[in-house]
Amino acid sequence: MIELHDVHKRFGENCVLQGVNLSIASGTSMVIIGGSGTGKSVLLKSVLGLVRPDSGTITLDGQDVTKGDRDAFLARFGMLFQGGALFDSLRVWENVAFRLVRGPKALPKAQAREIAIEKLRRVGLKPETADLFPAELSGGMQKRVGLARAIAAQPEIIFFDEPTTGLDPIMAGVINDLIREIVTEMGATAMTITHDMSSVRAIADNVAMLHGGVIRWSGPVSDLDATEDPYVQQFIHGRAEGPIAAIR
Amino acid sequence: MIEATLGSLGRPVLQAVAAVGRVALFAAAVLGHILRPPFYLRELGSSLLQIGWYSLPVVGLTAIFTGGALALQIYAGGSRFNAESVVPSIVAIGMTRELGPVLGGLMVAARVASSIAAEIGTMKVTEQIDALVTLSTNPLKYLAVPRVVAATLSMPILVAVGDAIGIMGGWLVGITRLDFNSAAYLKNTVDFLEGWDIGSGLVKGAVFGFIVALMGCYHGMNSARGAQGVGAATKAAVVSASVLILAANYILTEVFFSS
Repeated sequence: MIELHDVHKRFGENCVLQGVNLSIASGTSMVIIGGSGTGKSVLLKSVLGLVRPDSGTITLDGQDVTKGDRDAFLARFGMLFQGGALFDSLRVWENVAFRLVRGPKALPKAQAREIAIEKLRRVGLKPETADLFPAELSGGMQKRVGLARAIAAQPEIIFFDEPTTGLDPIMAGVINDLIREIVTEMGATAMTITHDMSSVRAIADNVAMLHGGVIRWSGPVSDLDATEDPYVQQFIHGRAEGPIAAIR
Repeated sequence: MIEATLGSLGRPVLQAVAAVGRVALFAAAVLGHILRPPFYLRELGSSLLQIGWYSLPVVGLTAIFTGGALALQIYAGGSRFNAESVVPSIVAIGMTRELGPVLGGLMVAARVASSIAAEIGTMKVTEQIDALVTLSTNPLKYLAVPRVVAATLSMPILVAVGDAIGIMGGWLVGITRLDFNSAAYLKNTVDFLEGWDIGSGLVKGAVFGFIVALMGCYHGMNSARGAQGVGAATKAAVVSASVLILAANYILTEVFFSS
């Protein structure tokens, strides 16, 4: 279980997180929604240790994430970045197998390549893709490669940062379905940040809305449409009028 | 009035001291990782190729024209007091002690510090560095250490090649334009050139290589967001590497030859 308790983070005068409290049960898929600039990415990066909170605690299975063996902690995670974040200088299969060929449990190159090709196939890419460079792929293919890299080492927890941003609706649907299938099949805990409501409905077991630096609302995805919270209602229906200022 | 003037000076001085401190800490972190596993040999090999091998043409061209121009200048200056015969020895000493390492270092700074800063800066703004962290890989160790080691190892070789080509440039001008006898020119070069003339230049080369890669990595990893941030990091890498090379050159020359 991932638990965040009273997490604060500010950048200069900008207080991004102002006391976030959130629990994500093991094996469930939590989607965090919220407008642009509300701190969703900062929240996700705080859990991974890429951003250090000013105060508050983040625990994974009761252990403070800032303490203990960092490599062992990160080995439990996979992450799909918004832009893919594929390494330009490495071929597609080397990107996917990056973790597999490094570290104390490094696999032989040939075996890592086989696993990479199998993961590429799992996300709907042909084996021929393996020897291309990321710059030779379309945006949708790069997202799939990023997804293959995120699941390559069979992580227990997978983070998805805006998985459908920049994709056409069909490709976004494909990626959403893939994420849902993979998370279910692996039994992984998933945390997704997005402002794409089709992603929310396809991926989430539970939803939390981040607004004003705090979790404004959280609950099962089935309760999302029924909630009377005006912030959630405005966000999910994409209305300009409401308590959330359209111009920020 | 005086207080206000000193106050206005204080902020930039403090900023400069803080910047020096950050670079020193970065350098210490890089040095601290050099001998600690894991070792990224493939990245080291790739960096040796990019920094060393692919810099050979630019260093060679710089050296041959510098050697030729140096021969012409020394001949013109020496002729004022009938000392034309010193051309071979002064070209050799000038190239090995100063011009080979300094001009080679500046050319490599322009070529390599900029490309390292742009590459790492782009990796930062596209979240590739964050991705490295999530894949349990230390970005400093994976990106900076191989580049710094490769530049430190390859610069002395580039300087040695540049020295040889520069001396050859002087020899070519000497025998074709200044009527020197080829064998006498070469004998004069060998007779007056000492081991430490070459050795001191190679040591300078290693220091300059370290500076070039360090500045490229430091500014790349501290790049601000967007294309403008990467552009500023690239410019800062080249400028700071060039200035530090010239400053380090003076200090090393003082240490090596002041007595």
